[in-house]
Amino acid sequence: MDIRKVAVIGAGVMGAGIAAHIANAGTPVMLLDIVPEGATDRSQIAQTALDKLLKADPAPFMHKKNARLVTPGNIEDDLAQLAECDWIIEAIVERLAIKQDLYRKLATVRKADAIISSNTSSIPLHELVAGLPEEFAAHFMITHFFNQPRYMRLLEIVTSPQTDQDAAAKIRTFADMKLGKGVVDCKDTPGFIANRIGIFWIQTAIQEAIDMGLTVEEADAVVGRPMGIPKTGVFGLSDLVGIDLMPHLMRSMNRSLPVGDALLEKATIPPLIQKMIDEGYTGRKGKGGFYRLNTAGGGKVKESIDLQTGDYSPTQPAKLASVKAAKEGGLQALVSHPDKGGQYAWRVLSQTLRYAAALVPEIADDICAVNTAMKLGYNWKFGPFELIDQLGAEDFAKRLAADAVPPIPSPSPARGEGSEEVRGNSVLSPPPLAGGGLGRGGIPPLLEKARAHGFYRHDAGETLYLQPDGSYIPLQRPPGVLLLADLKRHAEPLLENDAASLWDIGDGVACLEFHSKMNSLDPLILEIIEESVEFIPHHHKALVIYNEGSNFSAGANLGLLMFAAKLGGWDEVDKMVSGGQQAYKKLKYAPFPVVGAPFGLALGGGCEILLHCDALQAHAETYVGLVETGVGLIPGWGGCKEMLHRWSTNPRMPRGPLPPVLKCFEIISVATVAKSAFEAKDYLFLRPTDGISMNRDRLLADAKARALSMIEGYQPPEPPVFHLPGATAKVAMEMAVNDFLAQGKATPYDAVIAQTLATVLSGGDTDMTETLSEDDLLALEYAQFTQLVRKAETLARVSHMLETGKPLRN
Amino acid sequence: MKSVVIAGYTRTPFTLANKGEFVKIRPDDLATAAVLGLLTKTGVDGAEIEDLILGCAFPEAEQGFNMARLVVLMAGLPQAVGGVTVNRFCGSSMQAIHQAAGAIQMNAGNAFICAGVESMTRIPMTGFNPSPNPHLYEKLPEAYISMGQTAENVAKQYAIPRAEQEAFAVASQQKAAAAQRDGKLADEIIMVGAVKQDGCLRPDTTIAILAGLKPAFDANGTVTAGTASPLTDGASATLVCSEEFATAHGLPILARIRSIAISGCAPETMGLGPIVSSQKALQRARLSVVDLDIIELNEAFASQSIACIRDLGLDESKVNLDGGAIALGHPLGATGARITGKAASLLKREGKQFALATQCIGGGQGIATILEAV
Repeated sequence: MDIRKVAVIGAGVMGAGIAAHIANAGTPVMLLDIVPEGATDRSQIAQTALDKLLKADPAPFMHKKNARLVTPGNIEDDLAQLAECDWIIEAIVERLAIKQDLYRKLATVRKADAIISSNTSSIPLHELVAGLPEEFAAHFMITHFFNQPRYMRLLEIVTSPQTDQDAAAKIRTFADMKLGKGVVDCKDTPGFIANRIGIFWIQTAIQEAIDMGLTVEEADAVVGRPMGIPKTGVFGLSDLVGIDLMPHLMRSMNRSLPVGDALLEKATIPPLIQKMIDEGYTGRKGKGGFYRLNTAGGGKVKESIDLQTGDYSPTQPAKLASVKAAKEGGLQALVSHPDKGGQYAWRVLSQTLRYAAALVPEIADDICAVNTAMKLGYNWKFGPFELIDQLGAEDFAKRLAADAVPPIPSPSPARGEGSEEVRGNSVLSPPPLAGGGLGRGGIPPLLEKARAHGFYRHDAGETLYLQPDGSYIPLQRPPGVLLLADLKRHAEPLLENDAASLWDIGDGVACLEFHSKMNSLDPLILEIIEESVEFIPHHHKALVIYNEGSNFSAGANLGLLMFAAKLGGWDEVDKMVSGGQQAYKKLKYAPFPVVGAPFGLALGGGCEILLHCDALQAHAETYVGLVETGVGLIPGWGGCKEMLHRWSTNPRMPRGPLPPVLKCFEIISVATVAKSAFEAKDYLFLRPTDGISMNRDRLLADAKARALSMIEGYQPPEPPVFHLPGATAKVAMEMAVNDFLAQGKATPYDAVIAQTLATVLSGGDTDMTETLSEDDLLALEYAQFTQLVRKAETLARVSHMLETGKPLRN
Repeated sequence: MKSVVIAGYTRTPFTLANKGEFVKIRPDDLATAAVLGLLTKTGVDGAEIEDLILGCAFPEAEQGFNMARLVVLMAGLPQAVGGVTVNRFCGSSMQAIHQAAGAIQMNAGNAFICAGVESMTRIPMTGFNPSPNPHLYEKLPEAYISMGQTAENVAKQYAIPRAEQEAFAVASQQKAAAAQRDGKLADEIIMVGAVKQDGCLRPDTTIAILAGLKPAFDANGTVTAGTASPLTDGASATLVCSEEFATAHGLPILARIRSIAISGCAPETMGLGPIVSSQKALQRARLSVVDLDIIELNEAFASQSIACIRDLGLDESKVNLDGGAIALGHPLGATGARITGKAASLLKREGKQFALATQCIGGGQGIATILEAV
């Protein structure tokens, strides 16, 4: 039995977000909540939640039509319909009695085999199912989503020996394949994995920053990028999730943490933070947080709070030698730097990593689960055990011992109040000393075992990881998961330069990987493309274009363009334009299938390369668009040409020469970026037949499978011909531009760019009775692009983008 | 010369384009509904009809294929009845009436159905393939000027402040709302599906609400969505015949056509079109403005309506008694037959003698019809 219909009970932020994401999987979902007193619309709460989902930014839906899959209802009138659901997710208030009340009702209506799960973040599984029928308990588990469910990839699953294994497998598979989640199995322990360690990290980082006298900017500069953690660091993150969330989570964890757990010692809420919460400074949702945007007097000044006085003043960028040193020397250089940043980094990291090492196997069977949870739940680039390996397990342990790392700071005044009573009520039998349980010299047993060879070892083409018993076993990816990172650890590239490499990913398929800065496209990448087209036919049958950077590609390398322009190296610029056109064209007509596998941003030139592929297999979270106008340019690597071809051959377009031209103009002139792979199909950045993978880890394997399926009888595409309207279309577009200009929706230079784009899209000096070739269109793109790029206003836009990352509206 | 009369008028409800009840209704179906409504209402024998003249401003796609002939067939009129689609943009279906009047006086038929339709949802206002002539555009870009810009130009030329335009728009909304409430529109409207009343009205709008809108066409201008007629879907139909024929067949005569006129003007101030065309029609009718009892002046925009009223010296209390296009909507091809049929009906309802129906036309034209009670 597949999961064909789902219900989410509880239409709060999490419940509604989960329902939206179930809809993103293409699965119908009921969203139920209680009937509010005296309501005329008895499903008003769920209906309001659905309305909010449609307005929320970033969008919880991957396509607005997905909202139609969500049926709002209420638990009084629609309970019987739950009998149709294969999975019922409870996401109601965190009160055991109320949850159990609901479960008893569900037990009476659920169909046999229907799975019930709770999205609880704080109530243990064994308490949730206590006293419920055995059959119900066998189909019950915890599925803990992270906010927002569409964007945060972690799904923590807690089962018990009682749980039906098929039921658990079914949820794991659905979550993996349909929801795109990284599923992590957790033990039934407080806060599961990610929040247990995450909260420890946040509490430690905040308290140490206050104790050591760092500014919030300094703290975030240290516990951010240099550690592979998002640049929001810890204070920015707290503002984002709500400063009141930590005390709230702390309270619920306090109740069930094992005696002696190091996190209990971190439970203090510093007086400043308590004051902020009391006064409504709860972060972005409140009046402000550790940072705020001061709009008084009509201005917009970013301010930060003084952690000692609580006063706000304009933010000051952190200037720390340790952070600079980390850019060259990595994590090791950071924590060994003598300045306060280095000391702070060590204080925070040493405590957090030691805590994590002490928690395996208490909270998870293995270190991989912990690493994955922190990476997918907190967006860390490296998990705790990977961080320890970066420092060197032996060095790390040695320094821990040398520090004789704290008998951790004094017990908190905030804790204690009532906590003993609560603990007394807990049905948890007090476990043996665990959690903070340390080995000799403050070194957890697992770390002790890692000292010799680290947590991960790379042996003869295999990656092995440390087990709690001290043995190493090979890291195995589930079927359908193929990672370039794994392959690269022990393979040599087929072709390589500083910006790109070509890899053999097996079965006769090659993979072109970009690895330039932001994966921006430059002459080196174009070179590899040309070489690949020559190289592949000798030993390979297909090509996949894929990488594992943060984004597929942010577009052409503007820095290079600006550099050439400043030196008046227009020949170089012109060569880059024709070079890209030629490389992409060769790719398109190569004698083997080419499959693009984008994810994240695929902009400008990064979009154009995709437009030249035979097929795409895109991650659902792909944001693709031709954004050249934002930097004063137009697509010059065949983007206009390919879009014109796609729209002119689209059967949904009204007939006549103008509609495809006007449609392309509408999309490209305003630099439209699709907000998901599904939306990208609306713009034909993706063809209707292109594939979409929900799970990022399955993208490469899916793309490879697609490429393999195309090998037999592969023929390169027929070159397109164009019948374009010429001057009349240019006038039609010019008229539209003039209207936008009058309406104040376009700047004067927007109009110049738009008219240049109109020249290309109209076909230039042609008539609809004439036939234009692909090369004619490329020549037009080239002529107009190279003219535009020489204008001062364009260069102003480019340099503004390079400096600020934002478009200039000149 | 034969006396030509209007012996019947009806229309579909007018609903908002892109969001109203008719977004999924084809324009040929809408026009057929109006024609069938007219046949039922007048009781005229279809076999007596010479020709069905159908006005439409963008006759392509679902409005293409000489839609008039297809409507003849769809309405079940005898195959012997002709069908011609005419285009004078907003003046299309008033032009249909003028063509019928001319034919009758030429003794080229006794009875004509003069209808109009526009689905501004299903066929965009510039058509699917807007293909301006590049040479003309270079010489005279105003030939293709957007309608909103012409409204701005008129407001500037006649120094009509934004507040005055908004007061005019609110008055139009109030008149239309009152007419709808009092059932004064019910007579002319035939039900289409379950829709039986107009959907564009904003009875609750106020001067304050309108004052809060952003200029729609020129960031520094005075014309907003509130002082322009909305994009609309709808159809209208009139029965135009010789007085002799109407009497012989016992048809309910609404009014006699006394004179007609067309005029051209600068495209960039096309909203002033009604001024000269009305003056020409009045002169041909040997009447002056003071003789007029009823005036239907199409409200493409408040600014051009005010300019025409001012320039012609019209008595505002006689203009658009049941509200105008700002409130009721302006389905381009259907408006001419609506305001002419409406003016004729009002002569009868109010017991008055002379009426003027006039409208401006994109590209720089005006069209006018003078009616008199029989």
